[in-house]
Amino acid sequence: MCLAIPARIVELEDDNAVVDAMGNRWQAKTTLLPKAKVGDLVLVHAGFAISAVDEEEAKETWELFKEIDDFEKTRNKISG
Amino acid sequence: MESACEKLGRQINIMEVCGTHTVSIFRNGIRTILPAGIKLLSGPGCPVCVTDQGYIDIVLALADRKDCLIATYGDMIRVPGKIGSLETRPSSNVRVVLSSEDALQLAKDNPKKTVVFIAVGFETTAPATAVVVKEAAQQNIENFCILSGHKLVVPAMRALLSGKNNKIDAFLCPGHVSAIIGFGAFAEVVKDFNRPCVVAGFEPIQIIEGLGEICRQLADNKAEVKSVYAAVVTEKGNSTAQKIISECFELADGLWRGLGKIKKSTLKLKNKYARFDAFIRFGITETPAKELGGCRCGEVLCGLIEPPQCKLFENTCTPTKPVGPCMVSSEGACAAWFKYGRGKK
Repeated sequence: MCLAIPARIVELEDDNAVVDAMGNRWQAKTTLLPKAKVGDLVLVHAGFAISAVDEEEAKETWELFKEIDDFEKTRNKISG
Repeated sequence: MESACEKLGRQINIMEVCGTHTVSIFRNGIRTILPAGIKLLSGPGCPVCVTDQGYIDIVLALADRKDCLIATYGDMIRVPGKIGSLETRPSSNVRVVLSSEDALQLAKDNPKKTVVFIAVGFETTAPATAVVVKEAAQQNIENFCILSGHKLVVPAMRALLSGKNNKIDAFLCPGHVSAIIGFGAFAEVVKDFNRPCVVAGFEPIQIIEGLGEICRQLADNKAEVKSVYAAVVTEKGNSTAQKIISECFELADGLWRGLGKIKKSTLKLKNKYARFDAFIRFGITETPAKELGGCRCGEVLCGLIEPPQCKLFENTCTPTKPVGPCMVSSEGACAAWFKYGRGKK
């Protein structure tokens, strides 16, 4: 439940944002980060941006998600 | 870390209080590469797991009411109670939501039903709940209410350290909760209990860095609050989120699985939002309930036993047929042990 994903704000109207992580886009609220603007990298948790996050951290996390995803895919393939 | 173990000449017990840390530690095999003298304990860091059985039974009773629509995060769906789980309730009465906003939208879309949002989670999810309660009040959405099961991390850490049998030498503090409350919030634990509190991120190297910092402090006979997760966590945290929590909620004594009643450890809606409080709307009082037959999740959560010490583990309790919440939730210690830790220390 506490999983939070770094994502970039690509659209923003009031506190309604569209965020992007590794090409996946979804809606998130910026109510808790009133200074957030388009282009910012934020940590999104349960539909809300909760903090800013730096580029390096975001990239490392995305890389990790990709590795886990690849691992799970491979494992599912093996286990049938 | 090894030199810290040598210097202290005894086992070092470090507790993580975050379900995402627990999973990352197991998934990456961190336990297996640590020196033998370092023991990691999985604490009350998974919000589903710490939710008392009595609360689960209230949720299930509400799900059986024809006038209610339950909006819940997916994690809660399979937690068993006395009469089954949300998964076994009438499907027309239960909806999985990804955010509190979705729950409020559900109320707007279903004006004939009362939507009850199962508001569980620590300081990371509490502000999201507060935002929609405020919206519901502003927009007069009267068929919306929340069943607050929100809990605070620091009072639980204090309760654990106040327990006579605790063996906790230090805490690896949660990254995302700290993004909200700030790493400064753990200073009281350091001051009152003299235990290192170190906030870390979730990647393997960040967790190891956090454990290394803890060992350094212990070896130097120090206890400090520190963050090694500077990319996300500041000392003061997210002030907007803290403000909105305190606008909507007040501190209340509350029930935790395994830990019992902890003073001022849960969040209850303030009087001005009482009409959105499901406890008040339905005249419900949360009473402590016993764990289901033989389940030892409570002891697992306090770091008193490891999952394999529970007789149900792997036998009658598995991820496909869980008995206790620590096996249900993907962030639970039992699920992590089952998936990644079997046959290892």
